[in-house]
Amino acid sequence: MSAGTENAASFELVADDGAPLLEVEDLHVEFRTREGLAKAVNGVSYSVRAGETLAVLGESGSGKSVTAQAIMGILDTPPGFVTGGAVRFRGEDILKLPEERRRALRGASMAMIFQDALSSLNPVFTVGWQIGEMFRVHQGMSRKESKLRAIEMMDRVRIPSAKQRVNDYPHQFSGGMRQRVMIAMSIALNPALLIADEPTTALDVTVQAQVMDLLAELQRESGMGLILITHDLGVVADVADRIAVMYAGRIVETADARDLYAKPAHPYTKALLGSIPRLDAKGQDIAVIGGLPPTLTKLPSGCSFHPRCRYMRPEPCQTEVPPLVSFEANRGSACHFWQEVLDGTDR
Amino acid sequence: MAPTDEVVLDVRDLVKHFALTQGVVLRRTIGAVQAVDGVSFQLHRGETLGLVGESGCGKSTVAKLLMGLEKPTSGQAFYNGQDIFTLDAGAKRKLRRQIQLVMQDPYSSLNPRMTVADIVGEPFEIHPEVAPKGDREGKVKDLLDVVGLNPEHINRYPHQFSGGQRQRIGIARALALRPEIIICDEPVSALDVSIQAQVMNLLEQLQDEFGLSYLFIAHDLSVVRHLSDRVAVMYLGRIAEIGTDVAIYEHPTHPYTQALLSAVPVPDPTMRGRRDVIRLEGDVPSPADPPSGCRFRTRCWKAQQKCADEVPELVERAVTSEEFRHASACHFAEERRIIPA
Repeated sequence: MSAGTENAASFELVADDGAPLLEVEDLHVEFRTREGLAKAVNGVSYSVRAGETLAVLGESGSGKSVTAQAIMGILDTPPGFVTGGAVRFRGEDILKLPEERRRALRGASMAMIFQDALSSLNPVFTVGWQIGEMFRVHQGMSRKESKLRAIEMMDRVRIPSAKQRVNDYPHQFSGGMRQRVMIAMSIALNPALLIADEPTTALDVTVQAQVMDLLAELQRESGMGLILITHDLGVVADVADRIAVMYAGRIVETADARDLYAKPAHPYTKALLGSIPRLDAKGQDIAVIGGLPPTLTKLPSGCSFHPRCRYMRPEPCQTEVPPLVSFEANRGSACHFWQEVLDGTDR
Repeated sequence: MAPTDEVVLDVRDLVKHFALTQGVVLRRTIGAVQAVDGVSFQLHRGETLGLVGESGCGKSTVAKLLMGLEKPTSGQAFYNGQDIFTLDAGAKRKLRRQIQLVMQDPYSSLNPRMTVADIVGEPFEIHPEVAPKGDREGKVKDLLDVVGLNPEHINRYPHQFSGGQRQRIGIARALALRPEIIICDEPVSALDVSIQAQVMNLLEQLQDEFGLSYLFIAHDLSVVRHLSDRVAVMYLGRIAEIGTDVAIYEHPTHPYTQALLSAVPVPDPTMRGRRDVIRLEGDVPSPADPPSGCRFRTRCWKAQQKCADEVPELVERAVTSEEFRHASACHFAEERRIIPA
C-alpha cells in the first residue's frame, strides 16, 4: 500500500523534527500488597526527545521510580502490575512487546543507572567483566575483545588508570568511581535513552558535581535523551531542560526549568520551592508544608494534595481529580486553581 | 534567644585514631585511621555551630567523642570548667544530662519494641532525679506536645509514625533531661524535602524556647547555613576553616571551602553558567594514610612544596575586613567569592 510508505516517510521527517524518543501515556501501575491495593502511578504522561533532559521531581512514594521501572520493564511483578497506558519508544508501544524483544532493547537502546552503585554491581565479578558483559551478551564479543572495550568505556567515564583497574572488584572503588562504573555499563552500547534514578544521592557534593558534569558531557557527545529522577531541586535547576513534578502517583506540573522555578503553577511545587533552604540566602523564612504525603493504599478523594494545600476549597478539590491542564506551550498544571497559584494570589 | 559570648563547650585539640589491626591470634597494629586529628572549637550558649564536611571527614566521630560513645586518643573538652573526658563515673553520669544527641536515622535509632512513652521516658529511668516516678507520663506528654506530636499517641510504637514524626520522637527524647547542649548528627538528611523544613523549624523554635546550644553536624551546606550562627568546615579529620556563617559562605578563604560551595547546586536555573565553577579532581584520600602537611594538598590547585612540608595552622588569615575575619588553615588563604551576591 502506498499510504504505508508515505506514513513511514513522514515518520522519518517527524523524527528529524524532534518527535519524542519516548512517550509515556496515561500509565497506571498498582501494587497488590497484603495491606491492600497501592496505586503507585495514576495516569502519568510525559515525553523525552533526543538530546533532552527531563527531570522527574518528587519525594519518596511519588511514583517517580516506579514509572521508570515500568518503562524499563523491570517492575517487580508481582506485586507490581502495569494496569493501563502505553510507553512508546520511537513510536512503538513497548508494553505490548514480548519479553524477549524488550530484553534486547534494555541496555542496547535504553539503559538505567541507580542510586546505590554498590548494591547494583555484582561483588564477585571484576568491574571489567561486568562492563564487558554488555558487549558479550548483546554483541557476542569474545572475552578478550570485551575486556578491551571495557577499558575503553572506563576511560570514557574518566576512571583513572583504567588499564590497571579493569580487574578490580567493586569494593575496591570509591562511591563516585563505582557510579562511574555503572555509567560506563549503561552507556556501553550507546543507548538512545538513559534513565538515571537518583544517580548522585548517595555521593558527596564534590563528587556529585563531577558525576553530573560527566553525564552532561556524555549526553552532549551522544545526543541521548536523559530522564533524571531526583528529589533534589538544586540538581534539577542545574541540568534539566524540562521538569515534571510528581505527587502521589500523578504529574502535578510540567514546565521548562526556568518557568517552573520562576513561576510555579501548582501549590505543591510552590510550597516545595519555598521549603528548601538556600546556600545564597540567609535568614529567609522556610515555609513548611504541613501534614504528610498520602498513603498510596488510601489516596485522598479528589486532588491528592488537598489535605496539605493552602489553595484548597472543599468544592471541587475534595471531589474532582484535577486534570493536567496545558495552559501554555510546554506548561501544564493539575490544579483547579492554577491561575491563582500562577498569579501569586496568596491565600 | 540570641547567641551569647559565654562558652558552654570548649574542645581543645581533640584526636581520635582508630587502630588498624591484623591477625586473629597474634594481633598487631599496622596503622591507624586518623579520623579526628587535632580539632578545636568553642560552642557558645544559645548558639548553633554547624560542622560540615563530606563523608569520612570525622564530623560524626567528633559527635561520638563528645557523647562519650568513643574514647578520645587525646585532647580535652571543657564543660563548666571540667574536662569531660577525665571525669569519674558519677560525675560523668550527671554531665550526660547536659549533653544529648539527636541521631540521623529515625528508623534505626528508635527501639521498635518500645512504645513512645518508654522511648521518651527512658532517660528518666537513668536520671530519676529529673522526674519522680508518678509524674513521668505527664512529663512525656508535655514533651510530645513540645515537639508537635499528639500526646494521645503515647502508647504507639515507632512503626506507626512517619519518618518526620519519628525524628520528633528522637528530639523529644533528647529534650527529656533538659540539656544545655544538643548534638544533632545529620538530623534531617534522611527526611523528604517537605518534612526537612518542618524539623528544621522545630529545632529553631526549641532553641529559642529552651536556650539550647546546638552542635549541628550535616553534609548539606544549605541546611547548615540556614540553621547555623557559626560554621566549621572539616576535611579529613581537621578543621579547614571556621567562622560566622557570612564569613564562611560569602568570604571563604580556604580552597576546600570554596570548592565545596562551588559544588553545591543552587535551586535556581537562572544561575546556570553564572557561578564560579571549581571542580576537584579525584576522591578524598584515605584517613589511614593522609597526605603530609596540608591534608587537602593532593586535590588543591594552589598546592606547593610548603603545603607538603608544613601543616597549616588554623589561624586568622587573609583578613580583608574586621567584620568577616576568621580562621583558615591554608598557607595561601585568599578570599574568593563563590556564591554571587
